[in-house]
Amino acid sequence: MSDRHLIDLNVNGETHEALVEPRKTLLDVLRHDLGLTGTHVGCEHGVCGACTVLVDGEPVRACLMFAVQAESAEIRTVESLGRDGELSDLQRSFSEHHGLQCGFCTPGFLMLAEGFLAQRPDAGREEIREAVSANLCRCTGYQTIVDAIEATATRRCHAKEKEATA
Amino acid sequence: MTARFDGRQGRWVGASVPRREDPRLLTGRGRFVDDIQLPGMLHAAFVRSTVAHGKLAGIDLSATLAVEGVVAAYTAEDLGLGDIVALLDRPLEEFSPTAMPILAREKVRFTGEPVALVVARDPYSAEDGVEAAVVDYEPLGAIVSEESAFAEGAPLVHDEAPGNVLVDVSMFDTPGVDAAFEAARAGGGRVVEVVTKSGRQNALPLETRGVVASWDDHDDQLLVQMCTQVPHQVRTAMARSLRVPERTVRVTVPDMGGGFGQKCVVGREEIAVAAAARRLNRPVKWIEDRREALTAGFLAREQRYRTLAAFDEDGRITALDVDVVCDMGAYSCYPFTAGIEPLMASAEMPSVYQVPEYRVRARAIASNKAPTAPYRGVSRPQYVMAIERIMERAARELGLDPVEIRRRNVITQFPYTGVNAITYDPGTYRESLELAEAAIRDEGWYEIRERAAAEGRHIGIGYCCFSERTGYGSGAFAKRKMAVVPGFDISEIRMDTTGSVVVTSGTMNHGQSHETTLAQIVADRLGLHLDQVKLRQGDTERIAYGWGTFASRSVTIGGSAVSLAAGKLGELLCKIAAHLLETSPDNVRLDGDGGVVQIDDPQRRASFEEIADVAYLRSHLLPKDVEPTLTATASFDVPGDGTFSNATHAVVVEADPGTGQIKILRYACVEDCGVVIHPQVVDGQCRGGIAQGIAGALFEEITYAGNGEPSAASFIDYLVPTATEIPDITVTHLETPCAFTENGAKGAGEGGTIGAPAAVLNAINDALRHTGVELDVTPVHPQTVLAALDAGVHKEMSVPS
Ligand code: FES
Ligand code: FES
Repeated sequence: MSDRHLIDLNVNGETHEALVEPRKTLLDVLRHDLGLTGTHVGCEHGVCGACTVLVDGEPVRACLMFAVQAESAEIRTVESLGRDGELSDLQRSFSEHHGLQCGFCTPGFLMLAEGFLAQRPDAGREEIREAVSANLCRCTGYQTIVDAIEATATRRCHAKEKEATA
Repeated sequence: MTARFDGRQGRWVGASVPRREDPRLLTGRGRFVDDIQLPGMLHAAFVRSTVAHGKLAGIDLSATLAVEGVVAAYTAEDLGLGDIVALLDRPLEEFSPTAMPILAREKVRFTGEPVALVVARDPYSAEDGVEAAVVDYEPLGAIVSEESAFAEGAPLVHDEAPGNVLVDVSMFDTPGVDAAFEAARAGGGRVVEVVTKSGRQNALPLETRGVVASWDDHDDQLLVQMCTQVPHQVRTAMARSLRVPERTVRVTVPDMGGGFGQKCVVGREEIAVAAAARRLNRPVKWIEDRREALTAGFLAREQRYRTLAAFDEDGRITALDVDVVCDMGAYSCYPFTAGIEPLMASAEMPSVYQVPEYRVRARAIASNKAPTAPYRGVSRPQYVMAIERIMERAARELGLDPVEIRRRNVITQFPYTGVNAITYDPGTYRESLELAEAAIRDEGWYEIRERAAAEGRHIGIGYCCFSERTGYGSGAFAKRKMAVVPGFDISEIRMDTTGSVVVTSGTMNHGQSHETTLAQIVADRLGLHLDQVKLRQGDTERIAYGWGTFASRSVTIGGSAVSLAAGKLGELLCKIAAHLLETSPDNVRLDGDGGVVQIDDPQRRASFEEIADVAYLRSHLLPKDVEPTLTATASFDVPGDGTFSNATHAVVVEADPGTGQIKILRYACVEDCGVVIHPQVVDGQCRGGIAQGIAGALFEEITYAGNGEPSAASFIDYLVPTATEIPDITVTHLETPCAFTENGAKGAGEGGTIGAPAAVLNAINDALRHTGVELDVTPVHPQTVLAALDAGVHKEMSVPS
């Protein structure tokens, strides 16, 4: 058990050092060693998605990855969304559409959507619904989560078009 | 009776203002129990029973204590805590009191029951310690079903409960029941019988239970930070179990990731952890893992109804005769007891229909399964399913349209006092039905269904009408003879020198947006901007007592208490203002904009800030009989039988003949929860509730093998529906203001969950209408649908051409 590794983790653009057992998950290291408690624990077996973070831009379940495996990667957690105390467009959209109730699943859905929209910026409603089905929410019935992500996709597409025509 | 509701004069109630909870939750800055880290904190894990029923022959924790990082390990004997005992004020023939020890003693009663507690430096070592524990069991026969519970010579789950019966009540048996059945049999009427069953479900908040307990020398108090809907009840039960004065325990609740009823009872693990923290004089944290939550968390819903109903030839119900059995698992929950489900079913079974004669027997049985607790809706999803199946069956047998038979039976005159001695306040039972039907009809679903049938596809339409008691005051719970009677709520409001207020509520938000909705109520009552109102809850030190959040009571009861407290503060502000303005108190009123104005000379006004400044900083200017404190306290209890929200759900489904899967094509909810404080939040409550109801109708179930082994220990086996299984849902609001609450609101937390199972089941049966098979058991599994469709094919083939 005293077999510990000193690792460097690049999280939200900052490098952190952590001394961890090889069996310690990325999730536990983020939450407990680095104090980034925005990422949540719902099942620890890869089904609920509450622990979703971006690893090199891809949505990944932090409960299924060992921290030592994430050493050379760029990790983003919910704490990276928004800037200067302002919510990001996606976060605002979740609030506008009441895409959260207890808010426990929310960081996972935000990171899932962030990663998904980066890859599929013009995704339609059904595609978004399909993507969102990777995570569980017990409160909302999902409709308003899909609404929030769809509205963000539409707004971002409009903004891009405007930029292109400007 | 004069309605206390005075319309929507304020600016906040009725508006979907941005939720004040959102910014912190969206940025990861919410604080949930597992986010709490204290200096020197240790971590707990439980050794849990691997057998369902057995004698505890020996527990050896020596290997556990040798594990690196393990600090302590305890058995029940080591901790010596008092049991949790939930009581009803009923005679022994009706109720068998049983106790739930904090850790199992002498015997274990379900797989997953906590047997020992391990405390270690980190959670990984705590689990290593659990693995190293050696427990010897002498297995006893397991009770896993109604049949095994009632069998001759069956093993007893509790020696105190003969025949494994915890509750056996016959609350109603009106004199004309038998005559009504005879008349139906003899005349042109019908007697219809349906046996409905629902599977054992987990309320499944996404955040599992958890606690951080620490002793605070400064406050001479145990600080228990945990996930609970009922902090005061936990404090009471914990103090009793630890045998300490209640003032030495403080329960606080941070953000909570759902509860749905599962967290409105007192659990044993939190008490064990608190005891360990006290002994070790170090903070101890326990976070339930998902496996524990599924196998050893409180469950609900496993019920069987045998319902007989008599109808006259016009399709009017004349009598109802019901036998209910609820499998409550191994223990009675505190404070509600094992009576929670059977008493709810008995009291409210006639639902929205005019039932002249009624007989009911309801039993709670003990079994070797994880214990049950209230879960969103409590029995109502099940009794509504029973009665709605009765309506459908009767319609079929009498050749009536399913909507028409409901129309003929539904209560239309209010207030209506039912055969169950409950007076229902006005609602829109008939209107919601008509609106829901119109939506489905106008959108052409009946034609779509017929066209599909011609193509060999199986589309069905289903309805469900129901009402639900929402404001349960102490009167309603006292009628059920609970020994601990919930009902009221207390609120305290305090204004600071800047004219802002902090309001406390005994309710406990876990996703229902109280910080927004209760603040809206206060803002309107005082004429403040929403930003000047802060809600505080979830701290037993801030409020004398509170009943927490369950049974859709937060806005009805909690919301009325905050409104009353704000009203009292308003009176005080007026009194001081009148003195400052040198006029009489009758000549001033709140101006709806953060101040008090003189009625006969509206130019003269005192802002709250000016009044507060005087009250606190220049108190010598106060009127003689006013104390220098801008606070007010109020409590509220719902009078009489409480308030009733109502709704009709309409669903269109398609059954896939290849896979047996049910796809929901359309879901419409027409609901009436009185005055809507925040439309978006109410919609969210409806949709979320419906998703949980659909989960119960089609997916989620924990079954038990003959030896008591549970079937689901992870999300691989427990099928929680995702975004692709839950459809978009339209919610239409009707508003019948409630006369009993301060704000005209009823309650909206549970309705979705109540209506969905019956509506979905009825739609499935409509889709299978040609098969001759009727399904009365949930969840409906694909193989059941396939078998039904198969039977239909055989039936068609056997029809002589
Ligand atoms: S906690 Fe990682 S998927 Fe559930
Ligand atoms: S908002 Fe509560 S789990 Fe999604």
